[in-house]
Amino acid sequence: MTVQSTNPASKQESLVARGLREAFFAGLISLGMFSLYVGLKTDQNMLNELVLVPRWGMLAIFVVLAMIGRFLMIVAVQPWLAARKSARASAAHGQAEVPGFVARNLTVLAVIALVLFPPLVVGLFGMQGSLKWIDNFGIQILIYVMLAWGLNIVVGLAGLLDLGYVAFYAVGAYSYALLSSYFGLSFWLLLPISGILAAFWGMVLGFPVLRLRGDYLAVVTLAFGEIIRLVLINWVEVTKGTFGISGIAKASIFGIWSFDVSAPNNFAKAFDLPMSSAYYKIFLFYVILALCALTAYVSVRLRSMPIGRAWEALREDEIACRSLGINTVTTKLTAFATGAMFGGFAGAFFGARQGFVSPESFVFLESAVILAIVVLGGMGSLVGIAIAAVVMVGGTELLRELTFLKAVFGPDFTPELYRMLIFGLAMVIVMVLKPRGFVGSRQPTAFLHERKAVSGSFTKEGHG
Amino acid sequence: MMEPRENPMNSDVILKVEHVTMRFGGLVAINDLSFDVRRNEITALIGPNGAGKTTVFNCVTGFYRPTMGRILMTQKSGKVCHLERMTDFTINREAKVARTFQNIRLFTGLTVLENLLVAQHNTLMRASGYTVLGLLGFKGYRNASVAAIEKAKLWLERADLLDRADDPAGDLSYGAQRRLEIARAMCTDPELLCLDEPAAGLNPRESLELNKLLRAIRDDTGTSLLLIEHDMSVVMEISDHVVVLEYGTKISDGTPDEVKNDPKVIAAYLGVDDEEVDEVLDEITHATDEAQA
Amino acid sequence: MDGEPMEYFIQQTVNGITLGSIYGMIAIGYTMVYGIIGMINFAHGDIFMLGAFAALITFLVLTGLVAGFPVVAALIVMMAVAILMASLWNWTIERIAYRPLRGSFRLAPLITAIGMSIVLSNFIQVTQGPRNKPIPQLVSEVYDVFGISISLKQILIVIITVVMMTAFWYLVNRTSLGRAQRATEQDRKMAALLGVDVDRTISITFIMGAALAAVAGTMYLMYYGVAVFTDGFTPGVKAFTAAVLGGIGSLPGALLGGLLIGLIESLWSAYFSIDYKDVATFSILAIVLIFKPSGILGRPEIEKV
Repeated sequence: MTVQSTNPASKQESLVARGLREAFFAGLISLGMFSLYVGLKTDQNMLNELVLVPRWGMLAIFVVLAMIGRFLMIVAVQPWLAARKSARASAAHGQAEVPGFVARNLTVLAVIALVLFPPLVVGLFGMQGSLKWIDNFGIQILIYVMLAWGLNIVVGLAGLLDLGYVAFYAVGAYSYALLSSYFGLSFWLLLPISGILAAFWGMVLGFPVLRLRGDYLAVVTLAFGEIIRLVLINWVEVTKGTFGISGIAKASIFGIWSFDVSAPNNFAKAFDLPMSSAYYKIFLFYVILALCALTAYVSVRLRSMPIGRAWEALREDEIACRSLGINTVTTKLTAFATGAMFGGFAGAFFGARQGFVSPESFVFLESAVILAIVVLGGMGSLVGIAIAAVVMVGGTELLRELTFLKAVFGPDFTPELYRMLIFGLAMVIVMVLKPRGFVGSRQPTAFLHERKAVSGSFTKEGHG
Repeated sequence: MMEPRENPMNSDVILKVEHVTMRFGGLVAINDLSFDVRRNEITALIGPNGAGKTTVFNCVTGFYRPTMGRILMTQKSGKVCHLERMTDFTINREAKVARTFQNIRLFTGLTVLENLLVAQHNTLMRASGYTVLGLLGFKGYRNASVAAIEKAKLWLERADLLDRADDPAGDLSYGAQRRLEIARAMCTDPELLCLDEPAAGLNPRESLELNKLLRAIRDDTGTSLLLIEHDMSVVMEISDHVVVLEYGTKISDGTPDEVKNDPKVIAAYLGVDDEEVDEVLDEITHATDEAQA
Repeated sequence: MDGEPMEYFIQQTVNGITLGSIYGMIAIGYTMVYGIIGMINFAHGDIFMLGAFAALITFLVLTGLVAGFPVVAALIVMMAVAILMASLWNWTIERIAYRPLRGSFRLAPLITAIGMSIVLSNFIQVTQGPRNKPIPQLVSEVYDVFGISISLKQILIVIITVVMMTAFWYLVNRTSLGRAQRATEQDRKMAALLGVDVDRTISITFIMGAALAAVAGTMYLMYYGVAVFTDGFTPGVKAFTAAVLGGIGSLPGALLGGLLIGLIESLWSAYFSIDYKDVATFSILAIVLIFKPSGILGRPEIEKV
């Protein structure tokens, strides 16, 4: 597996020597980096004054870990990556590999698995035990999948960098929360209304920024996202500010059965089932699954329609688009509006699921996470984005479950604390290893002879 | 300044550039330029570097708005469009003027076929009922998309790209990219096609293929062509009418032969004084005779 | 409102300039990195926060060692340690998270930068705890100048900003390092061919940006007397906004943008509503960009057809 060398022994040796040297430097640098932040902890004493608590042992652990990491990187990871790269380069000349059964039927299998997920989990863990899996994993991941698919229309297809996508999620959530609390309208009526309102805001916010290019667009969308959040915080008379709106009505099964415990048409009562909050979660799981399916269907259909092609053309070259008679203003606006609409749907769903919305849920970090999922998945690829959402959201959600670590690190150890730290590190590592995301290639929308995926090196990322 | 030879309503003239001036700050890129492009002809716009050729193109295709002057486009139907008042995308959509670019602007990440489908955006948009009907799967849209693929196929054939239809446009050779860009422009059904240095960077064989393609466009589709070119062999070979620019003004206008022998043109190209022109002219005829022999 | 309307206005302007100086110093880091490698370094705000924490911990070490440590000396040591720490971190981050992606997909380094931002703020949360970290007032003198109270803190911040900016201006415009930076900015490949060590130049750019952010962090700690792990976000976004407002890539623009944002914030809070001060800042940014899409001092991007 090592590089083609006539004398593998000496090569190996020099590699180890280099690894040791690099590890030494890494140790020095990490000693410098962590000395203050890890070596010393600021704590408050009885007088509420800050005092320093030394943690030299912890510092030593960090430095040693950095050294080991660097050593392994040089000795094992880098040669392995190089070998894999050269192996792939030589394999590329051979015939294209025929995708296996799983790869070919991925969509169908995934849908079947998702539909069977709730009964399976209920069977395995019982009604109450299934709650966690359906809610924290199933629903949570699917919300992110839907949001990322929605943002994918703006960023992945039209190439417009939107750092304030969470604003539309917020518009959807507050539309549902406010209209249902003030006017008592039902979820199924408010779901489309929330989407339409979000799309409307997408247009309103999109219109002034159309002239902006590249990172200017990014910062203005970020600013709009913040403006909406700040208005939600400060417009206390309507939004109740940071307290948020609670007691939001639950969604019902098309108005026939309700999940309100006191309602006469309560689902459990109607079927003489034992009372449990799990029914509502299972129902919500299927609702978000249907919403995801709708998003995917519309995305796929739009891509092979003139508007979707115009989005992708816009990403590739805006000037050429204009020379072909494409109205780039309306094209960008429709991308913004369509993306925002799905954000709005997801927002309304979020409101119905939580029963509570507050500005806390719509911070910039959420926009960043959604964007990260789109880019990590591979811009434009629905499958890649879904994988990224499962890995990133599901993976960090799993950390909450790692209670056995308490046994290792002591009872003070709270894995949740490290959740975002690991999320951030994972973002960096995945990007460095796969800069084009999990699925870097693009599927063409039409073909004459055969459908060939377009390598990521040809597609552009847009300038907006 | 030359008098316009035709009356503006003459159907023979497709594009009329009248007293166009374009200033960038203090710099005058085009100064009081007037010329005509006649229907079913290939008109070449030539001139030394920096003469303002691309600026003329950008004014005609709406990427710049001229400081002064008019640009009139007369369509086959008799409809007259004031290009100087129209924005870029409407010039293609309503006035039926298409263009290519000096540095090729293809959608490199889309396949060759998709590039040609994007060019039929407006037709397909209408057919899909602005997406709504198409999303619901109406038949009209399905027929329209089949027709669009047929049209793309036709142009792929003409541009000799049929077997590359499913490859990414960025994967094509330079010459093939140039041809694809022309095919893409033709998919918008233009009445006037403006080509910005179509032969730049082509090898002699590709250059010949290009000439064939351009002639075919003129003869088979009835589209008129306006092109900027540096390669004199292409210009002299295919154009019916040549306009020569220098420092933003027109110095000559006529058939290739007339222009070739215009002392002003030779002076402009060789940068010599008027007295030396005759001398140089002799040398050139000499050289071309030898080359033809 | 206290005092005469005019005095009140000047008072608020002074406050705005102080705040704006801090934003301006952070903004330089954004604008330099953007200028040289064309990426939004989202982690820059968190480098600022790391600088503030380095200054905070150094302060605690100093006061722990010697009881009556002289304030000026303490400030200088705090600043020096903060510069060292922030530079080391920014240098390392560039090496591991941005350099491998140079010349690749444009959004990839943006995502690693966002990832790094998340890592840095959570790292401080995990190692130093989530609570606010207050320190006693370092400098408390307040002067009364024609009815306007100006604190020594404010004077220090403005002086240090002027000194840093002058040094910085000299470095960028008058040294071979600055020339290498500008060359790399214009055309990285050509600069490399002409013997400019591009990697080193980019590393130094990150170090310079971090150093200014660290100084800003120390000033911020001194001014407000408190640091918390989330401090990277809001000042970071404001500074980034300042860089864009001034015209990203332009160094004077970054300072100008910073001052403008500081002024808008303090004047808006004074005359309109403190709750909506950030809404005002972001709205003005959007309005400026809509009418002048490349910022105030940025060179307009000419659409080459």
